[in-house]
Amino acid sequence: MLYRETGQFKTSYKKDMAIFPIRQDRWAVVAMLIFVVVVVPLIATEHVIAGYLIPLLIWSIAAIGLNILTGYTGQLSLGHGAFMAVGAYAAYNLASRIPELPIILVFLLAGLIAAIFGVLVGSPSLRIKGFYLAVATLAAQFFVEWVFATFSWFVGGAASMVIDTPKMAVFGYQITSTLDNYYLILGFVVVGTLFAKNLVRSEIGRAWMAIRDMDVAAEVIGIQPLYTKLSAFAVSSFYGGVAGALYAFCYVKSVDFTAFDLFVSLKVLFMIIIGGMGSILGCFLGATFIVALPIILNELMHLFSGQIPSAMLSNIEHMIFGGLIIFFLIVEPHGLARLWMTAKEKLRLWPFPH
Amino acid sequence: MSEPQADNIILGFDNVSISFGAVTALTQVSFEVPEHEVVAIIGPNGAGKTTALNVINGVYQPTQGTITYKGEVRQGMRPHEAAVQGIARTFQNVALFKGMNTVDNIMTGRNLKMKSNLFMQGLYWGPAQREEIAHRQAVEKIIDFLEIEPVRKTIVGRLPFGLQKRVELGRALAAEPDILLLDEPMAGMNLEEKEDMCRFVLDVNEELGTTIVLIEHDMSIVMDISDRVIVLEYGRKISEGKPDAVRNDQKVIDAYLGVPH
Amino acid sequence: MPMELAFFIEVLVAGLLSGVMYSLVALGFVLIFKASGVFNFAQGAMVLFAALTFVRILEMGVNFWLAIAIALAVMIVLAIIIERVMLRPLVAQPVIILFMATIGLNYFLEGLAQGIWDSQVHGLDIGIPDVPWMSLLESTNILISLFDVWSAVICGVLVLFLAFFFQKGRIGRALRAVADDNQAAMSVGIPLQLIWAIVWATAGMVALVAGAIWGQRLGVQFSISLVALKALPVLILGGFNSIAGAIIGGLIIGASEKVAEVYLGPIIGGGIESWVAYFIAMLFLIARPQGLFGEKIIERV
Repeated sequence: MLYRETGQFKTSYKKDMAIFPIRQDRWAVVAMLIFVVVVVPLIATEHVIAGYLIPLLIWSIAAIGLNILTGYTGQLSLGHGAFMAVGAYAAYNLASRIPELPIILVFLLAGLIAAIFGVLVGSPSLRIKGFYLAVATLAAQFFVEWVFATFSWFVGGAASMVIDTPKMAVFGYQITSTLDNYYLILGFVVVGTLFAKNLVRSEIGRAWMAIRDMDVAAEVIGIQPLYTKLSAFAVSSFYGGVAGALYAFCYVKSVDFTAFDLFVSLKVLFMIIIGGMGSILGCFLGATFIVALPIILNELMHLFSGQIPSAMLSNIEHMIFGGLIIFFLIVEPHGLARLWMTAKEKLRLWPFPH
Repeated sequence: MSEPQADNIILGFDNVSISFGAVTALTQVSFEVPEHEVVAIIGPNGAGKTTALNVINGVYQPTQGTITYKGEVRQGMRPHEAAVQGIARTFQNVALFKGMNTVDNIMTGRNLKMKSNLFMQGLYWGPAQREEIAHRQAVEKIIDFLEIEPVRKTIVGRLPFGLQKRVELGRALAAEPDILLLDEPMAGMNLEEKEDMCRFVLDVNEELGTTIVLIEHDMSIVMDISDRVIVLEYGRKISEGKPDAVRNDQKVIDAYLGVPH
Repeated sequence: MPMELAFFIEVLVAGLLSGVMYSLVALGFVLIFKASGVFNFAQGAMVLFAALTFVRILEMGVNFWLAIAIALAVMIVLAIIIERVMLRPLVAQPVIILFMATIGLNYFLEGLAQGIWDSQVHGLDIGIPDVPWMSLLESTNILISLFDVWSAVICGVLVLFLAFFFQKGRIGRALRAVADDNQAAMSVGIPLQLIWAIVWATAGMVALVAGAIWGQRLGVQFSISLVALKALPVLILGGFNSIAGAIIGGLIIGASEKVAEVYLGPIIGGGIESWVAYFIAMLFLIARPQGLFGEKIIERV
């Protein structure tokens, strides 16, 4: 099957403005959905789903959030881990203090609480820009870590400062097995991705990109910088908050404040840089890359594990990781999504490249 | 054409001055822009032409003097409010959103007309979708008018300068403004492109009745398309009037030929 | 002198003295920012790398001054390699890409430092005794550590030297030209690559001094790489591109952080030093977005 648009005429603006205007893309998306919903649970082992796929999906949601803020709106953030932490702790407190709340509502409310916090953090963004704003988000990161390390109210009074997430049920169905968790997360991923994709192709998405590309011109044509930036902060931290809640409830089940430290913020930033800033697809590619890289490195290292002590392994992993990031930025600063786009454009014209 | 009457003046400068630190960019400039006319601001480099446009749409606030727009005195107007009040604008060095394609750039010009909230946009359903499609139709009309159909889906950063200028005009037109400020819309263009651009400007003025204030260096164009010319030099207005009158004004000739002061 | 006042002065002076160190590290950031528009996230890893190199060479029984010279040489070589391998290919990229590259560098250097040397905690003695300044204690009842005083003196001298070096003379002029517009600077024959190598080497030197001083206090170990983050509030206060801002900002942040920690910390739960400096800087920044010494930016369109 060739990747061709020939013969696909868009006879209305509605068709031209569809989410995937090219037929082959639609098929690819449907195939992917069938794969993750039906095929994966059949072929993947529990270890693969729990250890790789679940974190991959959760990080994808977090990356969509950060990409909206940094990739689409151009506001550099080093505090995405803080938004995830707020989401996780909010979900824990909602679920354990008000057990009647349906768990999906808990996650959404946790996202909203994170969004409110995001708006607070973003409120100086009208006056401060660029790296100054990045350092301001870093302040939020440290502040949140401190709050969750200091005040035991947030962990329900546990002296260990660790939260153990309560059991979950969706419409009376107990979420227990790995597969249950996988489907729950998948549901959030599908809905969240569609919602984000719609946002970035609508008025608000254009306003975000306008602010990113040239804020003075954006204001001159009537886009309100404050509203636009704060809405990006709100949506971004909503996704971060939901991802944090899912991380705590469906993945590790037991977290403390160190689970969302500065390095988590950096990790998500890496995902969107490597995946591609300003691309929803890139969020998935970047998350895959960052989740897969240590696994691949680990497997490779295992070949030599007889000779190399584990401390050294972790150092080499750091070096390769850092080195790859630099290498990648030099070779393709626009990320995997751009590589993918270029490949598709080539394919459209293949075998007549000129 | 008679002298402008008070009732059809859309924009008035009264003794407007603006300075940045010790540098004075405009000194007590007064002029009036009648509705539905094409007004050109000319003058040597550094005369304060772009600054005048920046003051009109609120990028800069005047240090002194008042600006009257649609019969009301405006003070401390932000660019966003100016846009709401029907002032649209293009820029000397093209201020497009470089990472977006042509359609999306022009669509941003309609942002003030779009009413769906964020949540509805995220669902992309019902009214939000209908709104997007309706505005897309309006944008396509502008694309037809400016003859830029082939580059509809091209990222504007990759377009040649002349086409970028057209897209930028399209973005300003998308707002359906009452007054359109054009900062050197024909700079860096060849003759054919300039003729196209003149045609667009005149069509907009005649068919939509949009008032146009433009800065241009090409005198033959200025004399051809404008109803009125304002001449600035060193931040002061040195002449104003119909093109023919200005062309023969000794002060203007001196300013352009460079007479020692 | 009443006890409360003496205690307050103690806190304030200790804060100012540690502030000198912040000024020094902030200067390392500022120079790189001026030369390339990049916020160098790898500064912390450079501190770790420099300190580990220094302490391990010392442990081999090398003479103190020779060890410093070797460590310095290593940092200079490192700067040249960074310029060649990382910065040069990224020269025309947006600053966020360069910034990300420095985060990658941060990971790389952390792995490299601990890979070449090790991840143990190393005690370090740079020969300055950590004892109270007795004569001051006896005469005024104020307790200040001699170590703090001497390290502040070392850092202070270095700060003044660097400030002078990068403000005056040919290097200073070239740096300012590059900071203003690096394309234009290149076109008039200023060697951008050389300037970059120089500022990165300077950042390496700063890292070595900071690493040695902090190393004696905390032991040379991984956590030392986090101390560079303490200079960030100084940058938002003083401005990313102001040498004077880095100096004054360091003192203000050092002093106010200590005062807040001692007087405010116990009230709201302790351990606030991780963020309180940021808050002080942020409050200031909201009032004055261009920083302490930055020029007001006029948007041109």
